[in-house]
Parts: sequence; structure tokens; C-alpha cells
Amino acid sequence: MADFRLPPNSRIKKGRHFPAAEGAANVRRFAVYRFDPDSGENPRMDTYDVDMDSCGPMVLDVLIKIKDEIDATLTFRRSCREGICGSCAMNIAGSNTLACTVTSAGVKGKIIKVYPLPHMPIVKDLVPDLTNFYAQYASIKPWLQTRTPPPPDRERLQSKSDQELVDEPAACILCACCSTACPSYWWNSDRFLGPAALLAAYRWLIDSRDEAKGERLDDLEDPFRLYRCHTIMNCTPACPKGLNPAKAIAETKRMLAERRH
Amino acid sequence: MSLRSPLGQVLGSGSARDGTGHWWSQRVTAVALLILGSWFLYSLTRLDSFAHVAMLDWAGRPFNSVMLLLLTVTLAYHSALGVQVVLEDYVHGAFIKVVSLLLNRFAHVFLAVVAVVAVLKIALGGA
Repeated sequence: MADFRLPPNSRIKKGRHFPAAEGAANVRRFAVYRFDPDSGENPRMDTYDVDMDSCGPMVLDVLIKIKDEIDATLTFRRSCREGICGSCAMNIAGSNTLACTVTSAGVKGKIIKVYPLPHMPIVKDLVPDLTNFYAQYASIKPWLQTRTPPPPDRERLQSKSDQELVDEPAACILCACCSTACPSYWWNSDRFLGPAALLAAYRWLIDSRDEAKGERLDDLEDPFRLYRCHTIMNCTPACPKGLNPAKAIAETKRMLAERRH
Repeated sequence: MSLRSPLGQVLGSGSARDGTGHWWSQRVTAVALLILGSWFLYSLTRLDSFAHVAMLDWAGRPFNSVMLLLLTVTLAYHSALGVQVVLEDYVHGAFIKVVSLLLNRFAHVFLAVVAVVAVLKIALGGA
């Protein structure tokens, strides 16, 4: 059966509190999920009072400040700090998003709660294990498949309007915000591909240069791989890039329905 | 712990090449139920009395009998499809999944047949 309650060793306990430095005037409190599987202890929520006058505006700036100045044991992924690498995807104030594109000032409430992406195995603290997520992406064969040999003297041509169709789905950064916001993915991520992989599949389905649309649709047509999507649509508002995986999935279902009628 | 590669696990037994029929049937029956359900509610509002004899008379009229048969069978089919999805979503044990999917089918077929027999008895007399 689906698990509706966390197993006993995953239930979150109260953690340590780190007060702000003396004399800090503009203090904001952050509650951060902490978990170290090697310690054998339950996860806990540590709270950090951060002096916002000496901190950058983004939530990622806060996490970096905590790691640099308050608690070096805090673990999280980050790289580009400008919303293009997807590394710092996490759940901030209840929404999956990128820590580098969310301002602390924009989050309402006294305490800003920071959790890892929901319903994923945790490597440590805010770092989820994305092995299955990446394997799902690989499974949809995210590359151009053709039978016609390429022209000998130039690249494969594509009209401007055809290229523009691909623009949006190709802008996915694989941060996993959408898939981990999807309840269907929570319950069946072993068999349901999830919105990110399905958006990537759609990107190749509509590529005018690709010649494997039929095989791609064959591979997607499955009660679990595709049709576990029940149009809950959590994926679309969760996307930090403003993409629309729900629409891509609906379009894929339409393609499958059309080829039968 | 399995040493199968992550990609091997995702690819699993491959695609079932199925699911579109189920998904499409859900939509078709939903549209049908919008029409049939609207008729049903509208018809009830037009009734002067909900007394037993009056209801038998109403359900026994040919057009109403046909519509009631369509409504109950479509409803049972739509419900069977929907409950199947819910079971597949949440029931993961191999044995209990098969048992619950079977029971779902049997229960909905049983309910549909009960409804059909009831309407026919009223329509053809003998009720």
C-alpha cells in the first residue's frame, strides 16, 4: 500500500537553535531540514536566526551564509546561482523551487521553512538522491533519432516555426521541482515517468527533425509510464522556469488518442 | 538490494502498449454521464410525486427505461474504470492488487446487472 505516514526513523524531530550574532538588527529565522543517514538519528529541523543586513537577498545566499558562518555541517547542492543549473532545487515555504531565484523578503511568515524536494530518498540534509529521476530521463532517449542520413554538406534543416515549438520544452533544466511536486510521482515513481521526463519526451515528439515519433509514443503508451498522470497539475506552478509539463503531457495523450481514431 | 542498473529498473518489463483505450473510455463515459446525468436530474425535477407507484410509472415509460439503462450501465463502467485507477495508484502488494482489481470488476458488473434487471422488470412488467 502507499505509505501515508513517514516510517518511524524518518519522522522529523526538533533540532538545534542557532541564535543571531550580537547586535544583529534585521533578523530572519530559517528552519532547515537536517538529516544524516550515517548518524542513525531521525531527521530534525534546525533553526537559524540570520542577520539579513549582512546577507544576500536570495534564500541560497542565506544557506551559503549559514554554511560559511554559522554551521558548516549543513549540506546542499548549488552551482550557478542564477536559475540555469537546477542544482539548488528544494522546498521553500511549501513550494518546490530554486533557492537561487527566491528572495527571502518575498517569503511571507515569521519562519522560512526549507526542506529537500518532497518524497525523495535523502543523501544528506537538502540533497535528494536523483538517480531514478535521471534514469527516467535517460529512458525516453533524449536525443535526435533519424533514419534519413544527414545531408552531406550541412546540418538537418528545421523551419523557424518548427524550431519555436521546441523552444519551451527544451528550456527544462531537470531540477526535478515538477516531478517531486506530483502526488502520482510520490506514490508510483518506480513506474510513472513523472512530468519532467514526459516534458523531455514531448520535446522530441514535436521535433520536426526526429523520425522516431511512433516508437517514442509506443514506449510512452503505458498505464503507468504516462497514464499515471491524472492531470493534478501540481507540476506546472512548481516549474521555476515557467514551463508547462501538464500541457505537454496532455498533448502527448492527444497524440496517442489521435493515432487510434 | 538489486544490483540492476537504474536505467534497467526504469525500463523494467517495457511499455504495456496500452492505456490509451482506458483513458479515452473514461473521457467518453464522462461526457455521456454529463448528458445522461443532466437528463436524470431534470426528469426528477419534473415529477409531481416521488411515491412508489408514480416512480414505477415514470421508470416504465419506454424512453425513460432506455435512458435509465444507459445511465446505470455507463455509470457502472465509468466507476469501474475510475476505481481501477485508484487501486493501481495506492495498492502495491502483488496479491492484494490482483484481488482488489478482480473484486472491483466483479462488483461493478454485479451492480450494473442488478440495475439492468430492475429497470427491465419495471419496463416489461412484473415488478
